[in-house]
Amino acid sequence: MTAHAVAGRLVTFAHALREHGIAVGTGETVDAAAAAEAVGFADRERLREALSASVLRGAAQRPVFDGVFDLYFPAAHGTSETTVDEPATPAQLRDQLLDALVSGDDARVRALAATGIDLFGGYGAAGQSGQGGQGAPGGEGGQGGEGAQGNAGAAGGSGSAAPRLSGWSAYQALSEVRPQALRARLRDAIREARDDGLDGASAEALADREATAGIAAFTDHVRAEARRRTAELRGRDRVAQYAVAPQTDLVSFTSATAEQFADMRRAAAPLSRKLATRLAARRRRATRGRIDLRRTVRRSLGTGGVPMRPVMRRRRPGRPELVLLCDLSGSVAGFAQFTLLLTQALSDQFSKVRSFAFVSRTDEITELVRAGRDEPEHLAERIVSEAALTKVGMSSDYDGALQTFADGWGDVLGPRTSVLVLGDGRTNGAPPNLTALREIAGRARHVYWLNPERESSWGTGDSEAYRYAREVPMFECRTIRQLSRLVTRLLPE
Amino acid sequence: MTEPSTSQATPQPSGQESVFASVDEVVERLAGAGYLASNAVATTVFLADRLGKPLLVEGPAGVGKTELARAMAAATDSELIRLQCYEGIDESRALYEWNHASQLLRITAAKDENWDATREHVFSEEFLLSRPLLTAIRNEHPTVLLIDEIDKADVEVEGLLLEVLGDFQVTVPELGTITATRRPLVVLTSNATRELSEALKRRCLFLHLDFPPAELERDIVTLRVPELDRELAASLVRVVGALRELELRKSPSIAESVDWARTLLALGAETLDEEVVRATLGVILKYETDQRKALSELRLDRVLSPTDGAATVAAGTASPGHVSPGSTVS
Repeated sequence: MTAHAVAGRLVTFAHALREHGIAVGTGETVDAAAAAEAVGFADRERLREALSASVLRGAAQRPVFDGVFDLYFPAAHGTSETTVDEPATPAQLRDQLLDALVSGDDARVRALAATGIDLFGGYGAAGQSGQGGQGAPGGEGGQGGEGAQGNAGAAGGSGSAAPRLSGWSAYQALSEVRPQALRARLRDAIREARDDGLDGASAEALADREATAGIAAFTDHVRAEARRRTAELRGRDRVAQYAVAPQTDLVSFTSATAEQFADMRRAAAPLSRKLATRLAARRRRATRGRIDLRRTVRRSLGTGGVPMRPVMRRRRPGRPELVLLCDLSGSVAGFAQFTLLLTQALSDQFSKVRSFAFVSRTDEITELVRAGRDEPEHLAERIVSEAALTKVGMSSDYDGALQTFADGWGDVLGPRTSVLVLGDGRTNGAPPNLTALREIAGRARHVYWLNPERESSWGTGDSEAYRYAREVPMFECRTIRQLSRLVTRLLPE
Repeated sequence: MTEPSTSQATPQPSGQESVFASVDEVVERLAGAGYLASNAVATTVFLADRLGKPLLVEGPAGVGKTELARAMAAATDSELIRLQCYEGIDESRALYEWNHASQLLRITAAKDENWDATREHVFSEEFLLSRPLLTAIRNEHPTVLLIDEIDKADVEVEGLLLEVLGDFQVTVPELGTITATRRPLVVLTSNATRELSEALKRRCLFLHLDFPPAELERDIVTLRVPELDRELAASLVRVVGALRELELRKSPSIAESVDWARTLLALGAETLDEEVVRATLGVILKYETDQRKALSELRLDRVLSPTDGAATVAAGTASPGHVSPGSTVS
């Protein structure tokens, strides 16, 4: 690439990162260029590290960075990143994958992922269902892409009418290769290969975990490869917009997958540490600056009436009580679960944290959440099965829920209590029971409502969000980033 | 940044020679210092040296952040100057301080000297207590400056660092501005307990150190505990790797793998069987709930698993010293 082309590529790369929420300024782009020059373009992995070192500001940005990097600095154009002696059928591919995974050869696994996409991943005019024999058109399509890579965007972007492939599908390739089918064999093979002191059930468990991880790695490689090729076909700027997964703290609670929730749970502990220091710092600052006149004068007697050392007024560290009232029905449950874990981790910031959950009636879950700190995986399910949240069905009923809370636990509210209501305010047609909410708001010091729905969809359908919002302040809280901002803003004052 | 073209002619604004010629050399020399660097580490260290920028290393506890700085010092034959940050650290601990007590003595000793002369003398090098940052800047020999756990320090300290790390100079009002004669290699480490300011991050190269891949970790363990059997090291790394996959409160770090290796060596364990794992799990997992979880995930919690039980019974009936099958199943 010429110097000009390199600069251009770096700039579009920086633009793509910006679109994914990584703040890359001009300064960083210049740094990245200097770093790229120092390291050179010969080794792709080193180039990747060099760019990430000069552009990134946190580990959470890394997956996004990697996704975008693979699009803009692909290892190869066309058929595959690395070539292997081609297996032709899913069974052969699986066999080779097995060998590669057992020997822990990551490059080989990646190459096989590429082959898998090559044979079975193409879709569109030619590669309808890529059974073994039809692998050839897929390969040709890829090579066509290589020839036209200069203006791949122009050629492929407009081309639903193009006679060749219209894209590469990881899903299609994976459902053909079915790497999950390998799991049992892989586990046994790993057990065989790693011959160490462990035996019996625990060796089994260990091998099982490794097999699962290996298959997951292969699946990831297949996805990345499909993204890369589709990018070539359609123009990378367009693919970059939707094909790279967002950062964990920008994933919406209501649409998160199980894996994303696992990532979120992992983020809960460090996040709570961060929030705790932020809250503590603010409390420290709050004690500065106000002079206690009486004590200053008294102390000044020691220095002949000259106030040499002023005494600051000491504020009582305000540690409010926190009450969480969580909707645990359906899609809101994930949000409530995360928030419960987060506040539990933050519990030393409060004098008392009590948690309540409801579906159609409310029950206290403080103990369940406390126990859940050690095993956060299935907290929501455990709460639903162990607490009395509903009489029938799993659809939320705010009428009954607010009423049972106000009737049964009215005494937990007091002048030092902050209440966080977590829910989408979708009443399923039942009356919203504003009276109960008013009663709660009247007893507590603050009531805040955190709504995991986009503000534009409040009040649509059966949502009573706006009517609730008139009674208590309501905030949109769709992502971890919004949640952490709200927690610092709303909590201990 | 305003003249990117100069970076080609003189890699470092001060015109200082780079220590490393290539990334491979970084790998080699760090390995010589007992630090096995991954591709990411080597590339970033190379850039830090070449571009003259501080290196911000972030990552969980015990992945070798501080160790990296130590290895860099050893690899480049530099002196390691360390500033350990803590809550409430300030200028007088980080940068410099006047030795007030000595100054007072000096003033009382020189009663009949005129004031100008005294002042001249009192604010001289003799009474300046140099703290790590100033020491690193004034050092004429190659230096690696390690600013450890910067996230523990208050935000004000970051402001202080901006001047020091941006221009490598310190202004002492009574003495004037002291500029670095040799730019030190700067390493900042952080456990990410709080967000560092954007301004500081922008001046640094960012490196996230995470748990290394299995082969690298095995090499690290073997390097650190050379007496340990290689196979045992491999299975140890496997178990640690599996534990890191679990959702634990504190995942075992490299330091803990090495500790575990030492423990196994001290116990004279030949293989990593279930008995040994169960007995020594406390070395790598520091929370009771984590241990319980690990035991159940690795299926070590049962005294006898059904298959083992069957095997024991079978062995029991076959062996000459016959025990009644019922008694073996406890």
